Amino acid sequence: MLELINLTKVFKTGAFSSGRFKAVNNVSFKIERGEVTSLIGESGSGKSTIGKMILRLLTITSGEIKLDERNISTIKGAELRQYYKKVQGVFQDPFSSYNPIFKVDRVFENLHDVFFKELRQSEWIDKVDSALKKVGLDSEQVLGKYPHQLSGGQLQRILISRALLLDVSFLVADELISMLDASTRIDILNLLADLKKGGLSILFITHDLSLGYYLSEKAVILYRGHVVEMGSTNRVFLNPIHHYTRRLISSVPRLDRKWKDIDSLQKNEKHSLKCFDPAEDGELEMVEVEKDHYVAVKRR
Amino acid sequence: MSLNVSNLRVYYQTLKGDVKALDGVTFDIRDGEIAGIVGESGCGKSTLSNSLITLRLPMKFVGGYVSLDGNELPLQDHKKMGGFRYKKISIIPQYAMNALNPTVKLRRLISDLLNCHGVGYDEILPELNRRLDVVNLDRAVLDMYPVELSGGMKQRAVMVISTLLNPSLLIADEITSALDVSTQRAVAEMIVEFRDKILVKSVIFVTHDISILYQIADSIIIMYAGKLVERAGTEIIINKPIHPYTEMLISSLPEVGVYHNDKRLKGIPGKPPQLLSPPPGCRFKERCPQAFEKCKEEPPMIEIEPNHWVACWRVK
Repeated sequence: MLELINLTKVFKTGAFSSGRFKAVNNVSFKIERGEVTSLIGESGSGKSTIGKMILRLLTITSGEIKLDERNISTIKGAELRQYYKKVQGVFQDPFSSYNPIFKVDRVFENLHDVFFKELRQSEWIDKVDSALKKVGLDSEQVLGKYPHQLSGGQLQRILISRALLLDVSFLVADELISMLDASTRIDILNLLADLKKGGLSILFITHDLSLGYYLSEKAVILYRGHVVEMGSTNRVFLNPIHHYTRRLISSVPRLDRKWKDIDSLQKNEKHSLKCFDPAEDGELEMVEVEKDHYVAVKRR
Repeated sequence: MSLNVSNLRVYYQTLKGDVKALDGVTFDIRDGEIAGIVGESGCGKSTLSNSLITLRLPMKFVGGYVSLDGNELPLQDHKKMGGFRYKKISIIPQYAMNALNPTVKLRRLISDLLNCHGVGYDEILPELNRRLDVVNLDRAVLDMYPVELSGGMKQRAVMVISTLLNPSLLIADEITSALDVSTQRAVAEMIVEFRDKILVKSVIFVTHDISILYQIADSIIIMYAGKLVERAGTEIIINKPIHPYTEMLISSLPEVGVYHNDKRLKGIPGKPPQLLSPPPGCRFKERCPQAFEKCKEEPPMIEIEPNHWVACWRVK
C-alpha cells in the first residue's frame, strides 16, 4: 500500500549551505496493508528522516513515495489534508508532543477544528470516547488532565488514539516506546499488534532489535542511509548475511545467551557474497538470497 | 569487603515535603565484583550512585552508614568527601557525552583535573597512553576538542579519565543507554576488561536494561520505589527470580526470537507510587498480583539462600 521508490534526502550543511550530506540514499521498499515493518538502524542512519519524509514533514530531494499507487511526494493543500487522514505519526518523547500548559484534550480539539468541523459536539465526544477505548483508556481517567499528571505510557496511548480518530491506515511510529519503562512498553507493543490485526499498517522505527522482532513481520536494516538488508524478520534476524546486520545482531544483549557464545556460533558460518560497504562508496544492488530476503551487494 | 552500604536514606527536599528517593538501602559489594543495579525511572538508582559521589542540595542525607575498604565515607560532608572522590571512588556520569568541557582539548582537561588532585600530568602520561590503547582510542585524541569525537569515543574517553587513578569503586551510571547496540557492547565489555586488569577494584553498573547486566554483571540488585526488592547472583536473578516484581520485569522483556503471535508478553499494570508520601508496607503491593493482607506491613529483606536476598512476605 505504501511504497518508497529510490527515496533520497540531501541536507545542506555548513556555512552558506555549502556542504551536502546525503542522509537517505536511494531507499526503496514496500509496506503492505496490515503489515508491520521495522526500520532498524543506529543513530544517524537516516531512519527518522525516512519517517519524516513519509509524513511530509521534510521535503523529498528525489524519489517518490506512493500511497495506493498515487505519488504523494509533492501534494499540497486539501490533497495533503486528505493524505493526513490516512497517514499519521507518533514520536519518541511523549512529553514534548504535548504543550505542557494546556490540557491533553487539546490534541483532540485541534483535530476537531481541522477535520471534523461539521460534527456536533455530542457526536464528537462519543467519537473521542471510542477512540480512547480502542487504546485501552477510559476518557474520564485522562481527559481534563495536564500532561504531567499522566504517565508516559498513557500519553503515548492518547497520541495513538488521536491518530485512530482519523481513519488512519498507516502509522509511522518513530521510537514510540524508547522512553517508556520496561514494565509498560510491552503493553504499547501489544496494542500496536492488536491494531495491526485490525488492518493498520505500521512503520516501526527503532534501534532496539528485540522490539522490532516482537512486533514486525518485515525488517529493513539501514546503515548510513542505505538499505543493506531487508526481508521477512525471521530470515533477516536468524540468518543475517550482511556484515553490518551480523554485527548488530550479535551485539544485542540477550537473556538466554552470552555475547561470547554468539560469537563462536557466527564464526562457523560462511557465504560468498561481496557485501556492499557504504564507506567504499560504490553503487549497490539488492540480491535475493532466499525467498523474501534481500541483501545489498556491490554492483559490478 | 569493598563497599558496604547499610540502611542508607537520602531524601530530596522540595516545597511539598521530602521525596523519599532512597529509603533504607542495604547491600555490600565484594572486591572484583561488578554489581548491576536495575530499576524503572524514579526508583532511586541514580540517586544512589550520585549520593556516593556528591550529596548536595536538594539532596539530604537522612541516615545510614557507608564504608569503602573499611573506611567510613563522610557522605554528608562535602569537603571531607574530597579526599575519597576520584581517588577512591569515581563515577562515569549518566551524561558522560556532555561531561567534557567543549572549550579545551582533552589533554588540558586531564592535566587540570589531575592538578586538582595533586597528581602530576607527566608522570601519569605513560599510563594514560596505555589506557587509551585498552579502549581502542588513538593517542591523538588528547589533542582534540570534544566535538571532534563521536558519542562512543567520548564515552570511552570519559571512562579512561574517570579511572585514571585506579579507584577502588567505579560507578557507571546508565553509560550504555544513549549508545547503539554495537557501541553499547564494546563499552560494556571494556568495563569488564577494566575490572579484569584491576584498573578498578569493583564496579556498580546502574542501568534500566537488565539484559546488559546478564552479559557483564556478577550480581544484580533490583530496586523499586526507593527500596531494594531483591539481590543475588546474576544467574539466579535471571533464571530463578523470587520477588514478583523481578519475575514480572524479566518476563515482560521482548527478545530476539519472540514474536507477538507466538508468545504474548505482559507488562506490569499501574505505575510506581509517589515517593513524596509512599504508602506504608510493601511498595509494590498495588501492582502485585500476589499481594495479600500481610503486605500492608513492610517486608524485611531476608537471606533465603546464601547471597540471595528478597524483601517479600510470600517468601518463607
